[in-house]
Amino acid sequence: MGTAAVVGVGHTQFGQRSDMTLAELAWHAIKEALQDAGITQRDVDYVVTSNVGGWSSEPLPAILVNEYSGLGDVGVMRVEAACASGSAAIRAAYNAVASREAEIALAVGVEKMTESPTLQAVELLGRAGNFFWEFEQFGLTFPAYYALYATAYINQYGAKEEDLAAVAVKNHFYGSLNSLAHFQKKISIEDVMSSRYIAWPLKLYDCSPITDGAAAVVIASEDMARKLTDTPVWIRGIGVASDTSNLSRRQNFLGLASTVKAADEAYRKAGIDKTEAVRRLDLAEVHDCFTIAEILAYEDLGFVGRGEGYALAREGETYKGGLIPVNLDGGLKAKGHPIGATGVSMAVEAVKQLRQQNAKARQADIKNGYALTHNVGGTGHYAYVTIYSLNRPTQS
Amino acid sequence: MESKEKIEKMVADWLKMVEELMKESGLPIVPDPKTSDPVWVDVRELRLRYLIPVKRIRKFFEGLAEGKLYVTKCPAKNIYYFPPQADCPACMDENIVWDEISGNGKLLTYTVVNVKPYSFAHHSNYVIAIARMSEGFNILSWMSVDDLSKIHVGMDVKLVVKRREPEGFFTYYLEPA
Ligand SMILES: [Zn+2]
Repeated sequence: MGTAAVVGVGHTQFGQRSDMTLAELAWHAIKEALQDAGITQRDVDYVVTSNVGGWSSEPLPAILVNEYSGLGDVGVMRVEAACASGSAAIRAAYNAVASREAEIALAVGVEKMTESPTLQAVELLGRAGNFFWEFEQFGLTFPAYYALYATAYINQYGAKEEDLAAVAVKNHFYGSLNSLAHFQKKISIEDVMSSRYIAWPLKLYDCSPITDGAAAVVIASEDMARKLTDTPVWIRGIGVASDTSNLSRRQNFLGLASTVKAADEAYRKAGIDKTEAVRRLDLAEVHDCFTIAEILAYEDLGFVGRGEGYALAREGETYKGGLIPVNLDGGLKAKGHPIGATGVSMAVEAVKQLRQQNAKARQADIKNGYALTHNVGGTGHYAYVTIYSLNRPTQS
Repeated sequence: MESKEKIEKMVADWLKMVEELMKESGLPIVPDPKTSDPVWVDVRELRLRYLIPVKRIRKFFEGLAEGKLYVTKCPAKNIYYFPPQADCPACMDENIVWDEISGNGKLLTYTVVNVKPYSFAHHSNYVIAIARMSEGFNILSWMSVDDLSKIHVGMDVKLVVKRREPEGFFTYYLEPA
């Protein structure tokens, strides 16, 4: 396999985007990414579009986006790995470039969740597990799946609901500094604790919102990347794994096994010792669809040991300046979680952080030049861990 | 969460408003209720109801109707399958047997669903639990309990078959043992 780097990124405002269609929204992210890379549509050899859909009207979004964006007759497909679809698109685009099938590939993530009423979005998200044995008979909701993990975790390790709330407070703090975030208002522990229960023990402020948005990244071969930019951001390792469709077929509810496996693969490919991860990474973007998910991620990604994740949140060690800065863009919690766009949005943030293009208050100190993104589909059903770096991989 | 009837009335009222506006303007374009952006209201409603094959695990449902709960098991590799399945991917075979479930287990985790999907809006808040049965496999279902404070992780539970009302189908519930 050859090497590949991100050379252009684009990201729309996240929020209720009733001002734009799916294609318009995607185009605004694509346009920005192409301009950032200094290329035109004609330079793109392959496109992968991430969109989960169901709540939005267009059943064939990938080709619609290509047509609207003037991408011509270039090859394209849509990918789906639930909330990890965006990372799946990046992996497919990366593979096309790294295998030398394409010189330049474009990964696009777009989601229009508010084209349906909130009730329908909640209904569809609840079906994002095992439809017949979980939803049809037992009415699972997306928060309920993660609440099952939260109850088990709290019971096992003695975490408090306030510790989960600390994650929300941190991510809303960084959301307040991110002009592209859905929510840009700081909140307090009291705000979280006094919000209503959605799926006990998870409350409204433990949950990511229903959001529209799009993001795009341009991935280029080494030769092309060198021509286009002085600061290519290399994709150093992608790990991918999965877990059972039925939650009941899992051994425990204290961590996501798929994340552990994907992280091990990504660290190995990037040449990072998992036990040293917090010293090697300058920042991490982790999948905080719910506050408990971010705490599980701290442990599954090896930032701390089992049962220690909640203390990291409680002690503020994942703010800038702490053990490892996590979700300096506000995370899914405050930036928003437009399902298919989320993984691509994480990549955009990782690249901008490594290029030091963010407002100072939420810009991580870039010392080693490594960033990690962690993108989970469903309730650990799909997991992608990707490591980006300013340092080119050594020739293997 | 509002009642199903109230939600249905709200939707009906809103659609009536759309119709009125369309009569005037000749277009189904209205301000979005939250952002006031002009949006075209889809005039082609999509209704979905799936037909799900159960032929190969029919015994499970026949068992429910008799008040019994079955799991499938691969006799060669001694693997339990719950939810039941007719194929054993471990030995590339369909040579499974049906075992009656002991019904005794321990609670692994649970949640209370406060904000329910629309299709469950007619139910009061329900407890979803996962228990490990004495045979070693897990089951996810609703847990019937009169007092939430009586539920705790690790407690003994038992499986029972009951009708889900008002829908009227047989299904399984966990209960304190
Ligand atoms: Zn077998």
